[in-house]
Amino acid sequence: MHRLLICLLSATALVGLSRAALAEGTLTVYTYESFTAEWGPGPQVEKAFEAECGCDLEFVSVADGVALLNRLRLEGGRTDADIVLGLDTNLTAEAKDSGFFAPHGLSDVSVDVPGGWSDEFFLPFDYGYFAVIYDTQAIDTPPDSMEAFLNGDYGKIAIQDPRTSTPGLGLMLWIKTLYGDDAPAAYEKLKDRVLTVTPGWSESYGLFTAGEAPMVFSYTTSPAYHMIAEDTDRYQAAAFSEGHYMQIEVAGMTTKGADNPLAAQFLAFMLSPAFQDVIPETNWMLPAAPTSEPLDPVFGKLVQPAEPLLFAPEAVAENRKAWVDEWLQAMSR
Amino acid sequence: MAIGRIAWVPVLFLAALAAGAFLPLAIMALPGAGGEIAEALGDPVVWRSLRFTLVQALLSTGLSLGFAIPVAVALHEMRDFPGRGLVLRLFVLPLALPQIVAVLAIVGLYGERGALSRLVESAGVDFPSIYGLAGILLAHVFFNMPLAVRVALGGLSSMPAEYDRLAHQLGMGFAARFRHVLWPFMRPALMSAASLIFMLCVTSFTVVLTLGGGPRATTLEVAIYQALTFDFDIARAVLLALVQVAVTAFAFAMLTRAGGEVSAGLTLGAMRPFATRRNAIAGIVAMLVIVVGTVFVAAPFVVVFWRGLAADLSGLAAQASVRSALATSLVLGALAAVLAVGLALTLALGMARAAAQRGFTGTPSASERLLGQASSLILVVPPVVIAAGWFVSIRRFGDVYGAAPIMVATINAAMAVPFAFRLLAPSASSMMERYDRLCRQLAISGFARLRLVTWPLLRRALLLALAFSLALSLGDLGVIAIFGSQDVQTLPYLILQRMGSYRTQDAAGLALILCLMTMALMMFADRTGVGSAEARTS
Repeated sequence: MHRLLICLLSATALVGLSRAALAEGTLTVYTYESFTAEWGPGPQVEKAFEAECGCDLEFVSVADGVALLNRLRLEGGRTDADIVLGLDTNLTAEAKDSGFFAPHGLSDVSVDVPGGWSDEFFLPFDYGYFAVIYDTQAIDTPPDSMEAFLNGDYGKIAIQDPRTSTPGLGLMLWIKTLYGDDAPAAYEKLKDRVLTVTPGWSESYGLFTAGEAPMVFSYTTSPAYHMIAEDTDRYQAAAFSEGHYMQIEVAGMTTKGADNPLAAQFLAFMLSPAFQDVIPETNWMLPAAPTSEPLDPVFGKLVQPAEPLLFAPEAVAENRKAWVDEWLQAMSR
Repeated sequence: MAIGRIAWVPVLFLAALAAGAFLPLAIMALPGAGGEIAEALGDPVVWRSLRFTLVQALLSTGLSLGFAIPVAVALHEMRDFPGRGLVLRLFVLPLALPQIVAVLAIVGLYGERGALSRLVESAGVDFPSIYGLAGILLAHVFFNMPLAVRVALGGLSSMPAEYDRLAHQLGMGFAARFRHVLWPFMRPALMSAASLIFMLCVTSFTVVLTLGGGPRATTLEVAIYQALTFDFDIARAVLLALVQVAVTAFAFAMLTRAGGEVSAGLTLGAMRPFATRRNAIAGIVAMLVIVVGTVFVAAPFVVVFWRGLAADLSGLAAQASVRSALATSLVLGALAAVLAVGLALTLALGMARAAAQRGFTGTPSASERLLGQASSLILVVPPVVIAAGWFVSIRRFGDVYGAAPIMVATINAAMAVPFAFRLLAPSASSMMERYDRLCRQLAISGFARLRLVTWPLLRRALLLALAFSLALSLGDLGVIAIFGSQDVQTLPYLILQRMGSYRTQDAAGLALILCLMTMALMMFADRTGVGSAEARTS
C-alpha cells in the first residue's frame, strides 16, 4: 500500500509542478467533460489553438453545462477560468446576472445560427435541434407534428427529467412554447406516451438503443452519429411541422479572462473554420459559423426544422422554476 | 479504556467530514435563507418525495430481508455443496455495479422487450410492466438481498456448532430449529443489514427515476440534487439534506428499539464441520431456494457479460484512457479501502471494548449505540452536498486539483465504513471476549498485541472488509462526478462518459471489465482469508 500512496502523492506533485511551469501564456478553459473526451472536440481544438497562439491551452472539465455555472458560483468569483465554454441559452441570463462574465468585445464575427445572434457577453460555438428519435424497425410512420405525437399512439418514448437534465428541460420548453397556458393539458397527454423519465440523457438513450423503447428524446443530429460512426440508418429523427426547439451552446469570457489577451483570441478562434470544422463529427452538433469544407453529406439528410423555436434567455431564467413545477404537477397526476 | 477512547476517532472523522460539507454551504446560504427555509418546508413536492422515499425504502428493505432469510437459511443448511463459495462471492458483486449499468441489465431481463418478459409473453401470459414501484423494488432487492444474505450468514456463523448438533439430537423439526436455534442468531444480523439497506434505498437516485416511470416516483435525493444543480438553491439543498439525515436517524432509532442489539455483522463464516442428517425433501427444497436466489442475482450479470462480450474488449484494453482509469480506480479504491478498514477496525474494537466492560451481558450503553449507528448516517448525506461543501472550503485554502484524488478517496472511505464495520464487528467482539483477559494477564499490548493476537484473528475479516470497501469504491460515481476533473477518471466515470456520447458498446465492455476486476478481488480476499483460517485451526 505504501507504494501506491507514494505513486499517488508524486503524481499529485507532478501535476502541481507542470501547472507552475506552464503558468506563462496559459489559457484556462472550463468546459463540460464530453467536450474534452478523447473522441470529443477538445484534443483537436487544443492542438489547433496552441499552434496558432504558441501558448498553453488547459481544459478543466465538469459534468455538464449546469455544473459549469455552478462551479463558478461555488468558486465565488475567484475562478481560474479565462473562458467558460458549454453553457446554453437556458443558462446565459443567470450567468450574466452572476457578474462573473465580461463582454467579449468582438464586433465583426461571422456567427451563423438560425434566428441570428446578438449578445455582448456570449458567443455561440454550436447549436442543435431537439427531436423525437425513432427506431425504424419498430415504427413505420413516425408522428409528423407535436400534436400528432401527443395524441397518437406510436409506441412509448423515453424522456428525461427537466429537473436534472438539459434535454429534459428542452422538451418541456418545446411544449411550453407551442402550448403556452395549455401546456399542463399537453403534459398530461405526454404522460401517456412516456415509458419512463430518466435523470439524464444517457439512461434514456441506453434504453432506446437496447430496444426497450421505440422512441427517445434527443437531437436531430443523433442519427448522424449512427450513420457516420456505425454505418446504420436504423435510427431517424421525426420532423415536427410546428418547428423544433433549439439548443445554442455558447462560450464567454470571465472577468479574469478579460485581463488575458489569449481569451479574446480564443473566442475569435472559436468562430474560425479551424474550430468549427471539428464540431459536427466530434460534438455531434451543428457548427455556429462557416466551416472550411461542406459537412459530411449525412448532415444534409438530417431533419431541417421548418422553424427554429427558442425562448429568450431572460424568459427561461424568470419562469423555469414555475414551469418545472407545472410540469411536475401535470406529470405526477 | 484506551481503545474505547480511540473509537471516537472514526466517529469524529465522519462527523468532521459531514460538518465540513454542511458548514461552508450553510455560511454561503445564510444571507436571506429564512424565507427559503419556510418555502421549502411548505412545499408539497418535498413532502410527497419524502413520503415516497420512506415508503419505497421500507418496502425495499422488507422485501430484501424477506427474500434473504430463506436463501441464507438454505445456504446455512447446505454448507458443504460445492458451488457455495462462488455463490457467496457472486453476492458481493451487485455492490460494485454502477446503478445505471444494473438498471439497464435489469431492463434487459424484465423490461418491455426484456428476455424474460418476451419468454413469458410468448407463452401467452401477460408480463407486468416494471416501470413503477415494482421495478424500483425489483432493482433494490437485486442490490440488497445478496447483502442481507451475507450479513445473515455472518450472524449464523457466530453460532456454536453444538447448537446445531443439540437441535438434531433433540429431534427438532425444521420449524422448531428455525425458531429456537437459527432465528436468534439471524435476527440481530438482519437488523444490522436492515439499517444499511434502508439507508442505501433512501438515497437511491438513478434506480428510482429510471424505473419509477415518471416524476411521481421521486426521492428526496432527487430534490436535493435539483436544488444544488439547476436551481443552485444552497439553502434548500442543505435543508433537505438535513431532513434526510434526521428522518433516517429517527427511523434508525425505531429500528433499534424494535430489533434490540444491533451487533452482528457480515462474515464469510468458516463453518465448523458437522454432518447433519437431512431428509431428502428438505435438501431439495434448500437447493431450489439457493438456485432461485442465485439465478435472480446472476441473471443481470449474464446480461452485463453478454453485452460486454459484444464490445471490442482488446481495443478497449489498449486505450490509454482505459488503462489509466483502471489504475486510478485501483489506487483510489485501495486508498479508500485501507482508510475505511482502519476506521472501521478502530470503531469495532472500541465497541468490543465497551461490550467487554459490561462483561458481554446486559444492554449496550448509549455511547455504544451511538458509535454503532451514528457512524452509518454518513451514508445518507448526499455525495453532492459533501463534494460541493468541501469544494468551497478547499477552494478557499488550497489547491482543488491536488485535493481532488484525496477527497474522492476520503469520501469513498467514509461511505465504506458502515459496511466494513459490519464485517469486522462480530470477529472483533468474539476476539475481545476470548482473548482480552488473557492479553492483559500476560501484559501483551500495543504493537505486540496487534501482531500476535489481533492480526491473526481478524486477518480474514479484515481482508474481506478490504475487498468489500474496494468493490464499493470501485463502483462509486457520486463523488467523482462532481469532484472529478480529467485528472481523476475512474472506471465508472469512464462508463458514464461513454454512455453519454453514444458509445454504448464501449460502456458495456467497460462494465464487464469492472465486474471481472471486482470478482477477481473477491476471490483474492476470500482465498487469502480462508488460508489463514485454516492455518489457525490446524
